[in-house]
Amino acid sequence: MTLGLEFPAVSQLVQWKVLFGSGPFAVTRVTIQIVLSVIIVIAFFVIAGRKKNLVPTGVQNLAESTVDFVQEGIILESMGPEGLSWTPFMLTLFSFILVLNLWEVIPVFQMPVTAHIAIPAELAILVWVLFNTVGIKTQGFFGYLKTMAFPPLGDMSLLGKIPLYCLITPIEIISTLFVRPLSLAVRLFANMLAGHLLLATFAVLSAAMFTADAIYLRPFGVLPFALLIALTGFEVLVAALQAFIFTILAAVYIGLAMHPEH
Amino acid sequence: MLQLLAEQQAGELASGLKTVGAGIVYGGAAIGPGIGIGIVVGNAITAMARQPEASGPVRTTMFLGIAFTEALALFGFVLAFLLKG
Repeated sequence: MTLGLEFPAVSQLVQWKVLFGSGPFAVTRVTIQIVLSVIIVIAFFVIAGRKKNLVPTGVQNLAESTVDFVQEGIILESMGPEGLSWTPFMLTLFSFILVLNLWEVIPVFQMPVTAHIAIPAELAILVWVLFNTVGIKTQGFFGYLKTMAFPPLGDMSLLGKIPLYCLITPIEIISTLFVRPLSLAVRLFANMLAGHLLLATFAVLSAAMFTADAIYLRPFGVLPFALLIALTGFEVLVAALQAFIFTILAAVYIGLAMHPEH
Repeated sequence: MLQLLAEQQAGELASGLKTVGAGIVYGGAAIGPGIGIGIVVGNAITAMARQPEASGPVRTTMFLGIAFTEALALFGFVLAFLLKG
C-alpha cells in the first residue's frame, strides 16, 4: 500500500487479549470495564446520597438532576405518574448504560462495552422478562395474551374485524415477543459498534498519514485528526442518546403492559 | 475482465463477492430508514416551529420515532457483518 494504510479487521477491534482465566470465565479488559462501571455507578449515587443538603452542590447536584431527568424526561412522558415507583430501576438502567457507553471516549480504554452484543442482549432480555411479567401481573395471563394478540379496533362489524385480525394478530405477536427485545439489543449494540469503528477508522487514517513515507502527505494528516476530535464529541452525544433511548423504550414497553389501550 | 476473473482463485472470488454483497445489503437497508428519519425529523421541526412551547414532548416523541425507524438500518448494518464474517 502506498500510504502504509492497513485497516485492522473488525474482529480485531472488538476482541481483547485474555488477561487471565479461560473459557467462559476469561477476564479481558472489557470485563474489567464492566466491573468498574458497576463500582462507578454505585459509588456515584452512594456518595451523592450520603449528605442530603437542602441546597445541593457538586456530586449531589449532578445526581439530583439525573434523577429529575429520568423522572420527568423518561417516566412521566411514557408511563405517567403511576410509573414513578419504577424510578430506581430506570435510573439504574440509564446510568449504567451511560457509563458503559462512555468508555468509548475515555482515553486508555476507548472501547464501548456495549459494542459486545452480550451486554445489550442481556439488558434487553431483562426488559423483556420485566414487561411480560408486569403485563401478566396487571391483566392476568389470558388478558395479557388477548390485549397483545387482539388489539381493539374500534367500532367495526364482526365481518370486517376477522380479516383484519388475520393480518394483525401474527404481526403483533411477532413484534411484541421477538422484534422488541431483538431491536432493543441490536439498536444499542450496532450504534456503539458503528461509533467505535468510525473513531477507529479516523484514528488509523490520521496515524497512517502522520507517518506517511511521502513527506508532502504528512501535513494533511491534520484533516482526519480534526475530524476525529469532532467525531469524539459527537460520540459523547450518541452515547447519552442511546442510553436515553434504551431507557425510554424500556419505560414505554413496561407502560404499555401496565395500561393496555382500550 | 473475464480473463482477470478466470485467473483468480475460486475462494478469492467468493470472498470478494461476499464483500460486495455486504455492501449492497447495508446500502439497501439504509435507503428506507434514511427517508423515514427525514420525514420524522422534518415533521418534528414543523411541529416545534408552530408550537415552540410543545418542544419538550415533541422532541421525546421524535427520538422515539427515530429509534424505531433507525432499527431497520441497524439490522442491515449487523447483517452486513454477519454476511462478511
